Amino acid sequence: MKPVQILNFAAVLVFGVLVGHHCSRAPAHKFIDAPVGSVAVPTTTQTSHSIDALRRGAALTTEPESLPLARVENADIRRARNYPMQPPTIPHAIDGYQVDQHANRCMLCHGQTNSAQFQAPPVSVTHYMDRDSQVLAEISPRRYFCVQCHVVQTDAAPLVANTYTGADDILTPTPATGE
Amino acid sequence: MTWRDRILGIWRLFNSPSRHHSLMFLTLGGFIAGIVFWGAFNTTLEATNTETFCTSCHEMKNNVFAELKSTIHYSNRSGVRATCPDCHVPHQWTSKIARKMQASKEVWGKLFGTIDTREKFLNHRRELAEHEWARLKANDSLECRNCHNYSAMDITRQSPRAGAIHERHLLSGDKTCIDCHKGIAHQLPDMAGVPQG
Repeated sequence: MKPVQILNFAAVLVFGVLVGHHCSRAPAHKFIDAPVGSVAVPTTTQTSHSIDALRRGAALTTEPESLPLARVENADIRRARNYPMQPPTIPHAIDGYQVDQHANRCMLCHGQTNSAQFQAPPVSVTHYMDRDSQVLAEISPRRYFCVQCHVVQTDAAPLVANTYTGADDILTPTPATGE
Repeated sequence: MTWRDRILGIWRLFNSPSRHHSLMFLTLGGFIAGIVFWGAFNTTLEATNTETFCTSCHEMKNNVFAELKSTIHYSNRSGVRATCPDCHVPHQWTSKIARKMQASKEVWGKLFGTIDTREKFLNHRRELAEHEWARLKANDSLECRNCHNYSAMDITRQSPRAGAIHERHLLSGDKTCIDCHKGIAHQLPDMAGVPQG
């Protein structure tokens, strides 16, 4: 045996031992939260139960039925921010909008120059600044890809329940409406 | 017998009265031949006015047609498809012939491989797009309006944003479709310096 082959064999051996060790020590995951948008899928046995929320509780031996495609909310009503500095969500459909090295469809309406013509909220001046706070003529390259931060919302039911409470609600709880 | 004599001979043959054929044969024959010629001409013209013909060359198939496929003009909820000539060839006859004559330049481009690679196509894309923008701007987006007639457009069924903008800029006539809807069916070239909206 050449020295290289011995080294390879040793590496595979160490890797195998490590993986085996990790798997035996890993805690048995349980499916904790009942998914909100789940589809009732018959589960055969407890052992074959899926732990993956994206599978909506379907057993590993079955294929979960697909949820209907969600529709993008297109009502053009600006939504409240859930926390300070949250990038505002997009209140309209953006199907087929081209944002690449050649063109930025979002900036057609949301640029500072065209926002009045289209009555669209212009992007903030911070989006024209580079990281040294120098204001540029065009949108800053680091802010160029809008959907990195700003996203559309759909009518899809959330897959997992969420009890998030904003800081404002904790400081001044909204009074119960008496329902 | 020189070439000059031959040509003169043919000219004399066609320039002299018919010796054997009746006037009725000649007029009716000419009429029928005219119908056949016109039918053949129109059939050929229409054959070059189809999606199949346009996408039979790889320049169109791999670039603009591939991009069209993901847009709403190719696949949509109602199953109405706008094919290449619907937007790029005028429907009215004289304008169509004029456009077809212009398109002979495209045959030249095909023969000499002006855009026969993706890189060459991208390098020419801005110029090619500007031709189409200029054409649609000049004819008030006629090819859009062949289907999207403003008087038949129910803006209450559009999203509030789209309805308001159409009412403000399209109804008043200060803008035409292509002013805002550049790149509706194909990807845009480098838009640096192009006034938008």
